[in-house]
Amino acid sequence: MNSATPLGNSYIVAIAICKSWYCKLNTNLHHPIVCILPICSNLYRVKKLLVLFAHPRFEQSRTNQALIQGIKAMEGVTVHDLYERYPDFNIDIVIEKQLLKQHDTVIWHHPLYWYSCPPLLKQWIDITLEFGWAYGPNGTALEGKKALNVITAGGSREVYCSEGRNHYTIREFLRPFEQTARLCGMDYLPPYAVMGTHRLNEEQLASHVAQYRALLQSLQEESLSIPAPQDCQFMNDLPHLQNAKIQ
Amino acid sequence: MSGNFLFQAVIYLSAAVVCVPIAKRFGLSSVLGYLLAGIIIGPYVLGFIGEEGEDILHFAEFGVVMMLFLIGLEIEPKAFWSMRKTIVGMGGFQVAFTVVLCFGILVVLGYTWQSGISIAMALALSSTAIVLQTLKEKNLMDTEYGASSFSILLFQDIIVIPMLAIIPLLSTAKAPTDDAHGAGHGSFLDNLPLGVQTVFVLLSVVAVILAGRYLFVPLLRVVAKTRLRELFSASALLIVMAIAFLMELVGLSPALGAFLGGVVLATSEFKHELESDLEPFKGLLLGLFFIAVGASINFGLIIADPASISLMVLGVIVLKALVLYIVASIFRIKLDQKLLIAVGLAQVGEFAFVLLSFSGQLGILSGEQLDLFLVITAISMTLTPLLSIINERLVLPRIGTREVVSKPMDTIDKKNKVILVGFGHFGSTTGRFLRANGVEPTILDHDSSRVDLLRKMGFEVYYGDATREDLLASAGAGDADLLISAIDDPEATLRMVDVLKHKYPNLKLLIRAKSRVDAYQLLNAGVTHIYRESLDTSVKIAEDALHFLGHRRYTIHRQAQNFKKYDEESLRRLADKALNSEEYIFKVREEIAQQEALLQEDIERARITNNDTAWDSEAMRARISGEKQQE
Repeated sequence: MNSATPLGNSYIVAIAICKSWYCKLNTNLHHPIVCILPICSNLYRVKKLLVLFAHPRFEQSRTNQALIQGIKAMEGVTVHDLYERYPDFNIDIVIEKQLLKQHDTVIWHHPLYWYSCPPLLKQWIDITLEFGWAYGPNGTALEGKKALNVITAGGSREVYCSEGRNHYTIREFLRPFEQTARLCGMDYLPPYAVMGTHRLNEEQLASHVAQYRALLQSLQEESLSIPAPQDCQFMNDLPHLQNAKIQ
Repeated sequence: MSGNFLFQAVIYLSAAVVCVPIAKRFGLSSVLGYLLAGIIIGPYVLGFIGEEGEDILHFAEFGVVMMLFLIGLEIEPKAFWSMRKTIVGMGGFQVAFTVVLCFGILVVLGYTWQSGISIAMALALSSTAIVLQTLKEKNLMDTEYGASSFSILLFQDIIVIPMLAIIPLLSTAKAPTDDAHGAGHGSFLDNLPLGVQTVFVLLSVVAVILAGRYLFVPLLRVVAKTRLRELFSASALLIVMAIAFLMELVGLSPALGAFLGGVVLATSEFKHELESDLEPFKGLLLGLFFIAVGASINFGLIIADPASISLMVLGVIVLKALVLYIVASIFRIKLDQKLLIAVGLAQVGEFAFVLLSFSGQLGILSGEQLDLFLVITAISMTLTPLLSIINERLVLPRIGTREVVSKPMDTIDKKNKVILVGFGHFGSTTGRFLRANGVEPTILDHDSSRVDLLRKMGFEVYYGDATREDLLASAGAGDADLLISAIDDPEATLRMVDVLKHKYPNLKLLIRAKSRVDAYQLLNAGVTHIYRESLDTSVKIAEDALHFLGHRRYTIHRQAQNFKKYDEESLRRLADKALNSEEYIFKVREEIAQQEALLQEDIERARITNNDTAWDSEAMRARISGEKQQE
């Protein structure tokens, strides 16, 4: 199975490239089909992002309120508020699969609780990523899509290292997500992390919001040149994001 | 005089206290018990009461007025309006057919056409008192049989008014002028032209409706503020009596007026208090009424010519039943419901006493004719409960919806044995969900139309009153794992629970309760699994309301779950207290007191839930900012 995956992957990518090229070509040629499908060409230019946001007590999270407020109106970004949508944990698999199909990038946006995500997001992973659909035989629905975590944590970055209080790095704690994405044939990107949330002042928070927006924008435009994961621990480290302007 | 009064009261009350429980013990309706009591103390058996029985009858007719007021209270104007077709249709056909047929037969038998018409009209009417009392006792008002019977009876109560207006026109002799006594038609309008009479009649109806809205309700509000319970009862009685008086004044049926008054007050906030206050009066007066009917049966006349009297009684009953059967057929009512209606309404009703004695006073009927038909009326009323029993126990089980349908032996059925009692709005949802999960419950229901449908759908259904021990046994209560009760009527639920707890102490019971008070009673009857229909949906509404007000769904969902859990706990905690309280009889007051206790507890609890520290970083933040300052 492992040997087959990369091959399938490259196949899908090849198709995607062909499609986008075809659309561009047709636009130039004023082919009749293109006239009725302007949205189609759009779809391949700007990537659609799905923010799966999971926070059991959002109303009391200053950081997350600012972050969500900053991105929720962005075009092509769907903020899917899991705790609001499924207060009874009864996740609608059909709808979730449809959403996944309609988007190119999945963002797991959540606070880091006890070194993991809140339970509803785990529930979402357990239920939505079905065998035979997201992975396993014929499980190719998510192949070629991108996935990343956007997390908030009370502790600073320094406490998450082998010498720090938490002993392991954030990247190590996020391994389950990384491998989940990999098993589904998705490209796992480095996380964007807002650390030390309890100590953030207004200015720092505003700069995080701006960086988050910039990150989503570059993901949409695919303008982000992301170094190999081993060279880039966090999206936060990208100079491109660090220069993002506060609105 | 007062000694005589006390003596009579003692006689009546002891007759009732002895006979009614005996009738109930044998599963008969209380109506039959009262009738028997009347016969026993009447002039022909023990002779405790003699001619005054008829006066008592007229006095006790007021029980019928009250009953119609109470029925009106339970019918909201909209429901009444939606029933208009059945009322006019079924009632109209029934009265018209019966009058025409009786008139024909009477004329053939040699009666004059005037007496023929007045007797025919009297015979067409059925007994509202007996039928409705029985329907209520058996909890059948919501079945097709109950609704149709009610419609017909209501039409009859309305049609009595024109009947009373027609009878004087039939009189060949001049009407006696001092006839105010007895018949209740002595209206001051009699001497006015017809047009003016009609105007007055319409005005009085409007007056009742307006008074209901703008006089009675403010009056009751003032009275309720005094917090004197007996004053409220007095006001309730005053309202009914005032309406009855007004109606008599203009020559309308007091019962009909009271019904109208009840309908108007059905939407007021005093509905339940009026009901609970008037209920005992109504019960007593109706009991008295039935006793008087029993006592007024002229056994002398029967003994003189038993054959022809029995033949005539039989003739009247058969004829009425036949007409009812045909009418029910026209309205496409199911076979066994048709039989229930035909037998149930076949008696001649209490209004016949009024019509007949009125005709007697006007000289339309001779003394013997009057006596004869009074006896026929009384006997037919006495026979009704007996005929209904024969019909229900012997005839219906054979031809109608069977209580039990023999199925080919099915061994799979015996696993997962669940009995579901009641398949109305509530039970059907439960049943559907069980079935969707592969559990086929055995169903008990008392509506035969529904039973037939369910049987067609392949359910195992038992038809009948679920409080009956034998039916529960044949449905398999002995070897069932669970019994789910979806019965609407709290009293029926309690009766069934008592039977089950006594007979099948090991059967697990899951019982629907209407309100907190019902839940208390069930708890004290030893039921552990109680499902208040007023809990889940009401909390869900509040949940959604809070969501629309901007609260987070998940937070509210947790709160709602806690609230329900807490409410269940408090229910169990307050159950003992509720039943030990002295004021328990006054359910309404008790509920208000309970509400107060609950609201108080909610305030206490809010202090607890607001301290919920789940995912709360406040404390952490405080700690960190403390550290910062130290740095």
